[in-house]
Amino acid sequence: FLVQTHSLQDLQQPAVSSKVFVQRDYSSGTICRFQTKFPSELESRLDKQQFEETIQTLNNLYAEAEKLGGKSYLEGCLACLTAYTIFLCMETHYEKVLKKIARYIKDQNEKIYAPRGLLLTDPIERGLRVVEVTIFEDRSIGSGR
Amino acid sequence: MSAVMITRKVRKWEKLPGKNTFCCDGRVMMARQKGVFYLTLFLIIGTCSLFFAFECPYLAVHLSPAIPVFAALLFLFVMAMLLRTSFSDPGVLPRALPEEATFIEMEIEAANGNVPAGQRPPPRIRNVQINNQIVKLKYCYTCKIFRPPRASHCSICDNCVDRFDHHCPWVGNCVGKRNYRYFYLFTLSLSLLTIYIFTFDIVHVVMRSVDNGFLNTLKETPGTVLEVLVCFFTLWSVVGLTGFHTYLISLNQTTNEDIKGSWSGKNRVQNPYSHKNIIKNCCEVLCGPTYPSVLDRRGLMQDDSLVSATCAAPSSSSSSNATPQTTKTTAPLIPNEHTPDDAKPSIAASAEKSPSPKEELPPASKLPPLASPETDAETSIAKDKTH
Repeated sequence: FLVQTHSLQDLQQPAVSSKVFVQRDYSSGTICRFQTKFPSELESRLDKQQFEETIQTLNNLYAEAEKLGGKSYLEGCLACLTAYTIFLCMETHYEKVLKKIARYIKDQNEKIYAPRGLLLTDPIERGLRVVEVTIFEDRSIGSGR
Repeated sequence: MSAVMITRKVRKWEKLPGKNTFCCDGRVMMARQKGVFYLTLFLIIGTCSLFFAFECPYLAVHLSPAIPVFAALLFLFVMAMLLRTSFSDPGVLPRALPEEATFIEMEIEAANGNVPAGQRPPPRIRNVQINNQIVKLKYCYTCKIFRPPRASHCSICDNCVDRFDHHCPWVGNCVGKRNYRYFYLFTLSLSLLTIYIFTFDIVHVVMRSVDNGFLNTLKETPGTVLEVLVCFFTLWSVVGLTGFHTYLISLNQTTNEDIKGSWSGKNRVQNPYSHKNIIKNCCEVLCGPTYPSVLDRRGLMQDDSLVSATCAAPSSSSSSNATPQTTKTTAPLIPNEHTPDDAKPSIAASAEKSPSPKEELPPASKLPPLASPETDAETSIAKDKTH
């Protein structure tokens, strides 16, 4: 049990204005890919190019995680020979790439999205279904929204 | 002014919708009905015990000690694959949170346009082109998502499962993307084990009968009769099943697709997921990447009723750590056919938090509950979810 003290002064959070959900792109099959189409709701906040670059990098990272090749086959066969007990001590290739993705998203949020009042949610927290972009209320001077 | 809150750790698996049972604090995930699974365990362990007790001493001495050793290894492999299939997440897709569900519904309404009153709205289907074939994605009313290709909703577990193959009562779990290869290796190794035991039972009986006579042999090793019976019936079913799944793997199909006839027939779509090469299909299914579970079972639930701050200075954190407060969904949610009566609004709340590893500021979200909200004392600690 934990006892915490809270101060009501801290309730100064920017409010969420809306959320946009970037859907999966299934045109190449069941591999994890997100649509690079720029959502209209973000037009006022973000460059189309910036957004596309973020999504494209994410797509490339997921493709790297799911790549079928010599390395993944070797990992699979080796794991099978040990009755998959090897995964009790070793991280899978996919998990390593997921960590990379988490770092990338954090980095993007800090550098690009947060200064514009946006927030990217790691797709793994939404079941790899969507990239959720939270749009915060714009409290900058001169915006009448 | 300040508020004091007493918290208790609640892990996310406790609040997951669906009809799964969890053990070992969320590490193990199974279906609710486990009776047949216990039968499977009993049959395998029982038959192997009889084999080690009756046959192995004789065979080790008269033939080779390698026989029991190999049997033991095979038995261990079978058990490992069975437990892995039964206890792991088959590839369950988490349900859509309220905002995502609303967003999708708004898109559907926009696509449908104006439906005249009294007319039924068109079915919720999205068409996607995969490898030059049109594949229809269906909408799941329970999970409020458009199911990805090859996903299906298991009514027994009440979950959408990715690359859904079938629900297997013998392993007490669904078989889907994440555990299909373990399931296949289980049936394959069990076939080998059954054939192995059956063969050496016969060898043993023959060898002993030569010395002692058939009836005496049966009297000395009564276990053999039981083993032969079990193996005989198991052989037909398990070997047949292994053969069937080998066929499916070579074509990169699922049992679900095969039963529904998704890719068969003249006017139907050809399987867009097959590499048209047996070896490549086998490699993808059996040696492909090991997909992670997207259900965070062991993560810690976040507070959904009070805003709590562990760091007092908001200026120190960038606005990426700011948390969304209110999410009032105004669009009406169309009631679903299977209204989950134990839907947990706290899942939605937990997902509201921003994924910042250093400071977690749980949101004060007042979400319209999907069903009656949890009443109790469970709140959460403001801490990172640890994997």
